[in-house]
Amino acid sequence: MPLYLNDEQAMLRDTAKDFIAEHAPVGHMRALRDANDATGFSRDLWKQFAEMGLNGVLIPEDQGGLGLGHVEAGVVLEEIGRNLSPSPFLATAVAAVEALKGSGQAERWFPGIVAGETVAALAIDEGAKHRDSIGLKAERSGNGFRLTGAKRFVTHGHVADLLIVGARTAGSPDDAEGVTLFAVSKNAANLTATPERLADSSLAARIDFEGVEIDADAVIGEVDAGRDPLGRLLRAGRTGAAAELLGVGGGAMDMTVGYLKERKQFGVAIGSFQALQHRAAHLYSEMEVARAAVLKAQQLLDAGADADEAVSIAKAMTGMATTLSVQEGVQMHGGIGMTDEYDIGFYMKRARVLAEMFGDIGFHADRLAKAAGY
Amino acid sequence: MTDLDTFRSDTRAWLAENCPPAMREPVRSDADVCWGGRNFQPSSPAQKDWLDRMAARGWTVPDWPTAYGGGGLSPAETKILREEMAAIRARNPLNSFGISMLGPALLKYGTEEQKLEHLPKIARGEIRWCQGYSEPNAGSDLAGLAASAEDAGDHYIVNGQKVWTSYADKADWIFCLVRTSKASKQGGISFVLFDMASPGVSTKPILLISGYSPFCETFMDDVKVPKANRIHDENKGWDVAKYLLGHEREMISGMGLASGGRNPLIEGAIATIGLDHDGRLADPVLRTQIALFEVRAKAFAAMSERFIDELKAGRAHPAQPSMMKYVGTELNKDRHELMMAAGGSDALEWESDRSHTGAAPRAWLRTKANSIEGGTSEIQLNIIAKRILELPGA
Repeated sequence: MPLYLNDEQAMLRDTAKDFIAEHAPVGHMRALRDANDATGFSRDLWKQFAEMGLNGVLIPEDQGGLGLGHVEAGVVLEEIGRNLSPSPFLATAVAAVEALKGSGQAERWFPGIVAGETVAALAIDEGAKHRDSIGLKAERSGNGFRLTGAKRFVTHGHVADLLIVGARTAGSPDDAEGVTLFAVSKNAANLTATPERLADSSLAARIDFEGVEIDADAVIGEVDAGRDPLGRLLRAGRTGAAAELLGVGGGAMDMTVGYLKERKQFGVAIGSFQALQHRAAHLYSEMEVARAAVLKAQQLLDAGADADEAVSIAKAMTGMATTLSVQEGVQMHGGIGMTDEYDIGFYMKRARVLAEMFGDIGFHADRLAKAAGY
Repeated sequence: MTDLDTFRSDTRAWLAENCPPAMREPVRSDADVCWGGRNFQPSSPAQKDWLDRMAARGWTVPDWPTAYGGGGLSPAETKILREEMAAIRARNPLNSFGISMLGPALLKYGTEEQKLEHLPKIARGEIRWCQGYSEPNAGSDLAGLAASAEDAGDHYIVNGQKVWTSYADKADWIFCLVRTSKASKQGGISFVLFDMASPGVSTKPILLISGYSPFCETFMDDVKVPKANRIHDENKGWDVAKYLLGHEREMISGMGLASGGRNPLIEGAIATIGLDHDGRLADPVLRTQIALFEVRAKAFAAMSERFIDELKAGRAHPAQPSMMKYVGTELNKDRHELMMAAGGSDALEWESDRSHTGAAPRAWLRTKANSIEGGTSEIQLNIIAKRILELPGA
C-alpha cells in the first residue's frame, strides 16, 4: 500500500477540511473560551459531526458506522487540530470506540455515539505523567465491582455520559497483568468529577471514585484481561493525538509562513531574510517527516499489523515537530505572537496539552528503547 | 491471491534461492560494495553471482523498461522487491552513479540511440560512471562553472577542471557539465558524456580527513567530445543537471536510513557499555540521546517510503528531494556522532586490525561531507524556502 492518501481518503480530507474550517475555526474556540463555557465543546457541533457520519468513522457498518480506519479518523483529527476545534471526537469516536469494539458493551454505546448524543471520556491517567501503571482498585462486590481511587487529565470527564476506566482487579500497580477495563455510566453513585481549566482553555476532570458500585456487565472484554482493550484504546488514542498534533503544527506553520510573506521590516517582507527562511525550511522538513510517521502508524493499525513501534514513533515525532512549529511560530511572529488577540499562542497551548496526552516524547522514546533491548 | 501477492511469493522464493548467503551479510567497507565497471574485480564469487543473477532479470534497475536492461516492474512491484530484499538483508547487487543519477536523466532527456547505447551497460554494471559538476570556483554556485566546450563542427573541444569528482580515478565514463556559451549563466551550460580514457583527461585523488581519497580533481586538456554525446539541447544542460541533482539528493538522503534489520548504533552501544540490571543501557544520558535519535531516524525511514511512493506516482513536490537530502544527511552525521560516543576509545583506533583499519572513525569523518556534497544543507534550505514555501527572494 503506497504511503499517501488514496482518492477516497483525500476526498474525505477535503470534506472535513471545508466543514471544520467553516463551522469550527479558531474563532469558535476563542468564543467558547471568552464565554467561559462550562462544557468544553459545542454540543451542536458534535451533532453536526454525527450528521456528517463522522462519529461512526471507526464503527463497523453493521453497527451503524462508516466502517473506515485510522487513516480516515486521522484525516478528521488533523483538521480538528488545524482549527483548534474543541471536540470529543478523539476520546469518543476514536479511543473509546476502539476499546469497545467487539465487546458486549459496543451495542449499548455505539448508537449514541453515532447519533452525536453520547460523549465518552478516558479515565486512564493517575499521576501527572502518563504511565503504564494502573492502581485504581476494583474489588468484587455483590454481582459486580466496587471502584476506589482517582483519575486525572480526563478530557470532558465532567460531562461525559460514559467513562472508560482502567482499574486493577489483581496484583499491584506496575504489574502488566491484573488490569480490567470498565465502561462506567456517568450516573454512578459516589463518583465525583471536578473539571479543571487547562492552559489551552480545554476542560479536563479529576475524578474521584469513592466506592463506586458497578455491575459485572460493565467489564469491557474479560476480567484481568483489560490490557487488550486498553492497548487498542491507547494505540488509537496515541495515533489520533499524533494526527491532531500534525494539524496543530501544520496550522501554526502555515500561519507563520503566511506572516513571513506579509510582514515588512527594513522595507521588505521578513520572509526574504535567509535567517528566517532557513528556520522555516527546517520546520517544514520536520513536519513532513512527522506526517510520514503518522500515516505509517495509521496504515499499520488499519492492516491489523503490529503497530506498537510505529505508534510510539508517530506520537514522539509529532511531539517534537509540533513543539518546534509552535515555538518557531511565536518567535517569528515577534511581539504580536505574544498577544492574546493573535491566534498563534493558542497553537502553542494546544500543542503542549496534546504532547502530554497518552505519553510524551520521553515516554515513547523510552518505550522504543525498551522494545529494542537497551 | 492478487497478482501482487503472487509476485511477492515468487520474488521471495527466487531471492531465497538466488541471493548467496554472503550477500546477506552487512557491508563492512567499500570493498564489499559492488560498483561494476571495466576494471571491476569481484571481492568474492558470491558478489559476482549476485550481480549477474540480478542483472539477468533486470533487477539491478527493476523499474527501468526491459528494452534498456531494466526489469519493467511497476512501482508496486518494485516496492515489493525492495521489501523482500530488505527482509533477507540482501545487499544492493550494484551501486552505481549510472543507476542513481545518470540513468534517470537519460531516460528523461536522452535520445533513443543514447538510451540504447548507455542504459543496458549501466544495468549490467559494465560501465562505471562519475559526475563532473563542481569546479574550484563553482561549488554552491554551481551554475558559475567555467570548464569550456568549444564548437569544432561535429565535436566539442573541452578544457577545464572539475573537483570533488567521486571515484574519477576508478570510473570509465563521466557525465559532465560544460560551458557552451558565456551569454547566459544557467543558459550557457551543456551536459555531455565522455570516456575517461579519452586523450587529455587526467585525474588526481584528493586526500581527505578520513585518510581516504574517494574524490578526485579531474583535468580536461583539449578533450575531443562528439556532439552526439550531448544530452538534450545545447545550452539546456542546466535542466538536465537540476533533474539529476534531484536524484543525487534522493540517493544521498538514503544515508539517513539504518541498514536493513540491524542497528549498529544500538548493538555497538550495548557491546561497549553494557546493560544495567533493568536491561537499560548503563549510560543513561547516552541511552536518552540514542532513543531520541532513533525516533527521528525511524520517522525518516517512513518519510523515505512515503517519498519514493509519491515520486513514483508523480505526487512529490519537485523540490522535495532537497528536504530528503537535508534531513537524511543531518541524521547520518548525528548517527555517526552517537556511534563514536558509544564506541569510546575503541572507536578512536585508526590503524589496528581490531578496528578494521579505523572503520568507525573514518566513516564518522566521511559523513561530514554528506551535508556538503550534492548541495550543502544551507543550499537545500534555500531551495525549500523558495520553491516549496514560496518565500520571497532577498
